[in-house]
Amino acid sequence: MMLASYATAPTIILDLALMAILIIVAFSIVRMRSLFAIVMLQGVYSLVSAAWFVSLDAVDVAFTEAAVGAGVSTVLMLAAMLLANRKSDPVPISKQIAPLLVVIFAGLAMFYAIGDMPAYGDVNSPANTGVGMDYIDRTTKEIHIPNVVTAVLASYRGYDTFGEAVVIFSAGLGVLLLLGLNGNAGRWTASPSGQNIYPPMAPSANSRLSVSSDNSKSVTSSAVKEPSSSTTRKSKRKRFKDKGNN
Amino acid sequence: MLSLLLDQYNYAVVIILMMTGLYVVFASRNLIKKLVGLSIFQTSVFLLYITIGKVSGGQPPIVESHGSDHANSETLLFASIGEVDSVAQSSSEVLYSNPLPHVLILTAIVVGVATLAIGLSLVVRVREVYGTIEEDKIEEYDRIYYKEILERQ
Amino acid sequence: MHDPHVILKVISKFLVPFIALFAFYVQFHGDFGPGGGFQAGVILAAAVILYALIFGLDAAKKAFPPSWVRVGMSLGVLLYGGTGVLTWILGGDFLSYGVLAHDPAHGQHYGIIAVELGILCSVTNVMIAIFYAFGSRQPEVDEDNW
Repeated sequence: MMLASYATAPTIILDLALMAILIIVAFSIVRMRSLFAIVMLQGVYSLVSAAWFVSLDAVDVAFTEAAVGAGVSTVLMLAAMLLANRKSDPVPISKQIAPLLVVIFAGLAMFYAIGDMPAYGDVNSPANTGVGMDYIDRTTKEIHIPNVVTAVLASYRGYDTFGEAVVIFSAGLGVLLLLGLNGNAGRWTASPSGQNIYPPMAPSANSRLSVSSDNSKSVTSSAVKEPSSSTTRKSKRKRFKDKGNN
Repeated sequence: MLSLLLDQYNYAVVIILMMTGLYVVFASRNLIKKLVGLSIFQTSVFLLYITIGKVSGGQPPIVESHGSDHANSETLLFASIGEVDSVAQSSSEVLYSNPLPHVLILTAIVVGVATLAIGLSLVVRVREVYGTIEEDKIEEYDRIYYKEILERQ
Repeated sequence: MHDPHVILKVISKFLVPFIALFAFYVQFHGDFGPGGGFQAGVILAAAVILYALIFGLDAAKKAFPPSWVRVGMSLGVLLYGGTGVLTWILGGDFLSYGVLAHDPAHGQHYGIIAVELGILCSVTNVMIAIFYAFGSRQPEVDEDNW
């Protein structure tokens, strides 16, 4: 064990506590069936890992993880859950054995490989002696801004970040293509002159599209609600079969 | 085995977390739970990268320089948050953690949430067409669908 | 008229401008402390999302129209790419900011600020776009599942 680790003993205790919380949260996500609880625990997991990132000196990453993982992605998951379902069905034991075996096998293989990894916090590990430390010296000489992460992100690895920006843009584009900015993509709607055209083929889509949140006032709620949920389910199945018959 | 407990426990924890996420992806048949598992797996990979870049007694890679003379890294005075480690004091040079994994993971987190949004919107569309997000039922409906197509031919 | 969420509304109305201000602090202080375009973009989006969660999606769409979102998410990427093209025009390589000013270090500063602004614009608008898309989708959850 390295000498420096003793000097930072309180940090180790904090690290161990955070690791324990992470493992407990992850295991309870495995066992839960209520999607609401699962999504909220995922937010907790992100927040705790953000705390660990601070302890690991990665303040920028912790910032991002706290804002993205615990904030935006939890909100998105809740929104998707509202549109989908509240509970997950139980999985029979017979279908859990094979994944468990695969995971245990992969985990053991990775544990076997741990021996080749550098020690935790090693200054002289290959990762920490290469280009990463070089960036710290070069940033003070060439760019003159204190935050090395920003300098590497925007200048030295500007191509990477450009690629990431394009990926984010295309992901946003993909969501807009799948759902629509006003939430009506794929619902077979069009309003060429202020009135909606619903194809007669999709009755349940027609009935469900009661309020469109388009900011134009022309979209009116045209539909009656289905009387009960079972008929909704049936009509959905019927729609599904109708498409099969085409 | 002792070195694993003392020096490399971070990898052990990260592998356990990673395998938990992978198990959720494999074993659960609910699409949203699968995505949650995927995001646990993803966060564990982030933790793996960041623990590799950690330097014992290091500081966050924010170089604090004084005056207009930034050019010399040897003259940098330490005036940042946190306590000064004994190693850093003795060598009169501040240790910083490796900034490169931070940069990689920083962008990966934001890209991760963007791709998660794609996955979630696909789940929403699946729910609208099939009426369920359980994989077993989706497969069953698919079987009915293709059987009807085959019968018509 | 009785509003059950009056405390939430008052507090969040108070908080939203400060969240936005904090986002800009994170953006422009990103050279000196933790922060940058990605974090600031997400925080700025979170301000709009909080507003939408409390006051409803229609109010949020009045405050931050979807047409801005559509323009903004492409404008951010264009700003990033445009910085690279500008360095081309000034005789440097793609995204080598040293040519943007006489002193290469100052050029790096300008380049980083421009690029981070592009990231801010892109990330904010993509996050808001994703939220609008999910939020304005009409739920099809059956009544007995609620």
